[in-house]
Amino acid sequence: MTALVTLPILLPLVGAALSILFGRSRRVQRTIALSTLTAVLGMAVALLVEVDRHGPVSVQAGGWPAPVGITLIADRFSAIMLVVASVMLLSVLVYAIGQPGAERNHVGFQSIYLVLAAGVAAAFLTGDLFNLFVSIEMMLTASYVLITLGGRLEQVRSGMTYIVISLLASVLFVAMLAFVYASTGTVNMADLAGKVGDLPPGLRSALAVLMLVVFGIKAAIFPLFFWLPDSYPTAPSPVTAIFAGLLTKVGVYAIIRTQTLLFPADSRPTTLLLVLAGATMLVGVLGAIAQGDVKRILSFQIVSHIGYMIMGLGLFTVGGLAAAVLYTVHHIVAKTGLFLSGGLIEHAGGSSRLTRLGGMVRTAPVLAVLFLVPALSLIGLPPFSGFVAKFALVDAASERSSYGVMAVALVVSLLTMYSLMKIWISVFWSPATEPAPAGAAGRDRAAEPLGGPLLMVAPTVVLAALTVAIGLAAGPLYDLSLRAAADLLEPSAYLEVVRG
Amino acid sequence: MTVLLAATAAGLFGIGTYLVLQRKLSRIIIGIALLSHGANVLMVGSGRRGRAPIVGSGDAESLADPLPQALALTSIVISFGVTALLLALAYRSWLLTSDDEVQDDLEDERIAHRGAPDDDLAGSDELAEIEGDPTGEEVEP
Repeated sequence: MTALVTLPILLPLVGAALSILFGRSRRVQRTIALSTLTAVLGMAVALLVEVDRHGPVSVQAGGWPAPVGITLIADRFSAIMLVVASVMLLSVLVYAIGQPGAERNHVGFQSIYLVLAAGVAAAFLTGDLFNLFVSIEMMLTASYVLITLGGRLEQVRSGMTYIVISLLASVLFVAMLAFVYASTGTVNMADLAGKVGDLPPGLRSALAVLMLVVFGIKAAIFPLFFWLPDSYPTAPSPVTAIFAGLLTKVGVYAIIRTQTLLFPADSRPTTLLLVLAGATMLVGVLGAIAQGDVKRILSFQIVSHIGYMIMGLGLFTVGGLAAAVLYTVHHIVAKTGLFLSGGLIEHAGGSSRLTRLGGMVRTAPVLAVLFLVPALSLIGLPPFSGFVAKFALVDAASERSSYGVMAVALVVSLLTMYSLMKIWISVFWSPATEPAPAGAAGRDRAAEPLGGPLLMVAPTVVLAALTVAIGLAAGPLYDLSLRAAADLLEPSAYLEVVRG
Repeated sequence: MTVLLAATAAGLFGIGTYLVLQRKLSRIIIGIALLSHGANVLMVGSGRRGRAPIVGSGDAESLADPLPQALALTSIVISFGVTALLLALAYRSWLLTSDDEVQDDLEDERIAHRGAPDDDLAGSDELAEIEGDPTGEEVEP
């Protein structure tokens, strides 16, 4: 069973190395990447089943005992995240293979993508604060390369902002680790869980706020979100899709993990988190309304929806955390699906500007449906996954009488609908107000009845189907989230497994 | 932790912050490097002081704590790699624009101007600048 914890990290790294060795053949590289990620998905599912049945699984890398050695651990929450992440990585890879364009043919694309996969898996599976830093760095460094792979002026411009901001967060992370080690003498999370409680309250809050800032930059919560809508839209669509689906969610995962595991129950920053959540939701969606480009609208909405997850955490009840887990799962699926169909719109319409697109309901009817399904899900209409996740969240908020943040969440849903329908109506219904750029209009429509190559459409269909499936199978999934949330609030099994 | 190490870290953080606030990428890179040095000094200073931690060279209590040193080494390697990537990016930016200035988000400015009355925009130099942006896209009416 222990191999299930280490292999999701090791396999993609081995795959990345092999992929460089076979750099001459794109076909071999793609086979390696596809089979690696399929294997990781299989292992992630097996891990989730195992963890759900028998409790957390832990490995001490190198055989060193817990506080000194590197702990890898999977509990329900990390296993759920790993499964969803693997599905996204696999479907976006298929989409990237199907997309025509220079960047996905770059010799390094497959290996860097696999390093990103390894970093994401390591971040979910680590039980050590310093190892979390290393895995986030691994993931981010891969993302720096992916976002600037084309070397175009626009990419270099936004890549600079993205890299510099992420590096500042990393510097703060190292400083935070130094303070944690100086005050407790350990960076193992299970070990810290006992020791942080003994610290003086002032020091404890300082550490908590520092962690919130560090992970808040990665997760793009208010007021640390400004880098995201600037940098994400310039990357090629599959890269933006995987960033939108996974990168910020690793930040959210780290926030949830550290705030629940490390700090004792009596000093949880409920009010602070709820205020931040409300502000994040509101500012993100207002930013989205002002934009005039498909990818930029979607990017601002990532920010807005991070607020919902933080809101679930801020309630600090089993119901709230279960809703946060469910919302994270739903958002990863729906958002990645939206970005993939956004990429298809760009492919079929030749632009992602709302003013240059129009009338596509006639030229690409399949796309109209493919965009509508995840969009409705994100808004929170039944029977899609968003309805269940939002309902759980609002229900948890009303149970705790947090009516303020509940009202904000509902208003923001309405505004989300406005901004998404703005995309849908101006892309698919109304005529274009500006002529399309030269060369883009001449695409052969008869050759692509689906609106794009099959390999691009198929993963988008899978994600759209998945968001419906999550909505329909909400019962078992919500029960699983409830069990994961109970583990988060009462981590005795987690601590026992690590301490041995 | 010694006062000297803490003062060094504070100085590095101060200078680094000043440099990061500049517009030239080359200065920002030096600033980032100084900031990460500051964080690493802080890391090294977080453990117990003592003699070189070699097994068998004395009793364990008199040795320095080796763990933060190993952690600092890891983070030095990471920041080395990322700094190299940033330098490559600065070079690329210099090749493309013969400048390494970090630019503003043009789309954002365009949207900010969209709400302004036309009279204000007519004589504005800023707008001309935006209109002449490298992507060649026009300001929306």
